[in-house]
Amino acid sequence: MRKPHQIGPVLNRRAILRAALATGGGLMLSGVIPGLPGARAEAAGAFTPNAFIRIDREGAITFIMRHAEMGQGIYTGVAMLIAEELEVPLDKITLEAAPADTRYVDKAAGEEVTGGSASTRDSWIPLRQAGAAARIMLLRAAAARWSVPVESCVAREGAILHPDSGRSLPYGALAEDAARQTVPDPIPLKDPAQFRLIGTSPQRMDTHAKSNGSALFGMDVRVDGMKIGRIMACPVKGGTLAGFDRDAAMKIPGVIDIITLPDALAVIGAHSWAAISGLRAANPQWNFGRNAGVSSATLLEALKNASAKTGLVAKKTGDVESALASASTRIDAVYELPFLAHAALEPINTTLHIRPDSADVWVGTQVPIRARQEVADATGLPPERITVHNHLIGGGFGRRLDSNSIGQAARLAKQVPYPVKLFWTREEDIRQDQFRPFYYDRITAGLDDKGMIKAWHHRTTGSFVLARWAPEGLQNGLDSDAVEGATETPYAIPAQRNEAVQCEPEGLTTLWWRGVGPTHNVFVVEGMIDELAHAAGNDPLTFRRRHLGPSPRGLKVLDEAAKQSGWGRILPKGHGLGIALHYSFQSWAATILEVRVEENGQIHLVRADTAVDCGPVVFPDAVRAQIQGGLIFGLTMALYNEITFRDGQAEQSNFHDYRMMRLNEAPDIRVHLVSDPTAEIGGIGEVGTVAAAPALANAIFAATGKRLRRIPFVPQMNAPKNPENTGEKGA
Amino acid sequence: MRTILINGESHDVDVPDDMPLLWVLRDILGLTGTKYGCGIAQCGACTVHVAGQPARACQLPVSLVGDRPVTTIEAIGQTALGQRVQEAWLEEQVIQCGYCQSGQIMAATALLQTTPAPSDDDIDDAMSGNICRCGTYVRIRAAIHKAASNA
Repeated sequence: MRKPHQIGPVLNRRAILRAALATGGGLMLSGVIPGLPGARAEAAGAFTPNAFIRIDREGAITFIMRHAEMGQGIYTGVAMLIAEELEVPLDKITLEAAPADTRYVDKAAGEEVTGGSASTRDSWIPLRQAGAAARIMLLRAAAARWSVPVESCVAREGAILHPDSGRSLPYGALAEDAARQTVPDPIPLKDPAQFRLIGTSPQRMDTHAKSNGSALFGMDVRVDGMKIGRIMACPVKGGTLAGFDRDAAMKIPGVIDIITLPDALAVIGAHSWAAISGLRAANPQWNFGRNAGVSSATLLEALKNASAKTGLVAKKTGDVESALASASTRIDAVYELPFLAHAALEPINTTLHIRPDSADVWVGTQVPIRARQEVADATGLPPERITVHNHLIGGGFGRRLDSNSIGQAARLAKQVPYPVKLFWTREEDIRQDQFRPFYYDRITAGLDDKGMIKAWHHRTTGSFVLARWAPEGLQNGLDSDAVEGATETPYAIPAQRNEAVQCEPEGLTTLWWRGVGPTHNVFVVEGMIDELAHAAGNDPLTFRRRHLGPSPRGLKVLDEAAKQSGWGRILPKGHGLGIALHYSFQSWAATILEVRVEENGQIHLVRADTAVDCGPVVFPDAVRAQIQGGLIFGLTMALYNEITFRDGQAEQSNFHDYRMMRLNEAPDIRVHLVSDPTAEIGGIGEVGTVAAAPALANAIFAATGKRLRRIPFVPQMNAPKNPENTGEKGA
Repeated sequence: MRTILINGESHDVDVPDDMPLLWVLRDILGLTGTKYGCGIAQCGACTVHVAGQPARACQLPVSLVGDRPVTTIEAIGQTALGQRVQEAWLEEQVIQCGYCQSGQIMAATALLQTTPAPSDDDIDDAMSGNICRCGTYVRIRAAIHKAASNA
């Protein structure tokens, strides 16, 4: 997921640190971590720290954490960075989630965002620096106390030792003295050869509570005096509430209140069942409004029409027109990617207690500052009177980057004096999602007489999410996410043009989805590369190797995946191998997927081998877990997922018609880490998802000769072929 | 008012007959480890044991529970098998976001109660009713085998 202020490569940034006595004694090290929210104020001369390490008198070490834990293991990863340099065991560090609070961030300075597969990338240098600074200050404090040279002291396992005299003091006993030391500058970091934690796979810190039911997600919040309400909004965007049966709803046992907004109502009860039953009895009626005629057909028609025009040019090298005109082989294709719901397993929910002069909000969010602002806008309360209590998120995938549901809940909750948990049912969560845009991509490529690519013209058409979410991030009107993974392919192509046409869908709102631009564009690029390989009469692996630019890391992951998957082996009948190679979120990855396709078109996923080079690896097991889970997330989409519209409403509503992959369908997934520890650190949370659809499409082609250019695949395997868009052959 | 037996304790609850056990556990008794995911028995996040059998609490009206004992994720670790499954889950680092994992652990424990050494096909049959959106399936399978082999 994208951070609007961080488009382009993440730089190796340096922390700016200050020390102070902690409240209650001990050391409080405050840091501005560049790239994280709050950092921009530093340029204006203000010190607005956005990360905190506290060492109290008892030696307890707390890191106040700004990233949301959504399952990616980031709590553990950042604790490892600090513990490594601070020379403490990992289990001595406690993490606290940073509330959206003026103590932690200046709103004007930026936003708190967890996304963009950027958490580890942002933290890699500065959090190690913060840990190292604290260690050096503790060493200096001990040396001063003992009147010995600082070089004669060592930090080990949460204590400073003086081996010559056998003396030692725990960090807690030195914390206040350390707080009076100046912060070292520069801050030397450990030689990676000395790492004892980074590069290992400890037990994750968040999972014990998740194995016994004690972990608290937003949905699990319980506050004294809390009631529970179910929200339903007009199923057509822009419509309004026309009426409902108040008497019938109030007769349901446990129903307490019914409150409304112009476009929604909430039935509040003593428990969730009263709210659910009460809303059913209320039987709301709607004025569907101007979008009642929106359907998948009208949405696709608009995209097709928009795609006929030239778009914003995102990249232009060489003379594409003349190169295409002189090509020996030319392929013209349209690739289509559907609207998608996020379908995180924890449905949308917000618990609020809005009082005349203040408010508390309990919610799992990737954007706590936006969450607070939503409540401020809804209530008129100043933001500093609103406390956001962030919670574990039961799956983010981009959905919790938006805060619209929090604003809706606040406009409802301010109508009642008591604390109230307001939740969406699964049906509401899917129908009222902010959808991953539909992308309609025209791509034309030409080969020369030696079977080498000479021209490439890729025009994508779809929603620009950034134009709504953070329009200041647009670059001359272009949302770089629309072309991420399209302009910079792994391949050397002499004449290339990329265009993006913004076409906002009527009657629905769009949002990022796991893998963002690369999940969209790499499907198109790697599909077309595969088509060209076959048109050139080349093996798809050979064709890619011939076209790789000067990228030894790309070649390394490709060859590793080929070796591990047994590329070139004789496959049983109906089996096929498909490749996807990409550079996304500053990580290189090659995935080779083996499928088996039955005569009736049924697809079985046999095995995936992914070779990854993400630069320095902090937590190898978490990298493997993210690739495994990311692939399954993307394969689920590629096989099954599409949100369609009729009469202005999403047609899917629950897991019976918005299907999830299940355990019996999941392939064996093997992750091969071939990381270059000297390279720039890359992100990993979305890399697997990016590879899934192209690897699957290419594997199905290898198994059956059927070229799939439209997601999802399963309906096309069983349905009659659509002559426009399932071209087995090139043009 | 009715009496239900949850994790070895009797509770008197005054709730409508048609109220699913899920909401009784979560909203009345405060046992929030059992999750709401879909409400139509499609995802398995609400899996509990009723008289030792796995059940979808979102589709089980409290009036049909009767006097059968109910076990939830909060108490499954009190049995040797449940504890072994939880330990295997941690050793294999199965868990990501964690929202579905209460249900996964309950389903896996129920499987191992009847089938102490399950095959991959047994695991497919027992676990395909539980959705994991983070895609931890590869590790769920490994953890079930591990829990079986640690018996």
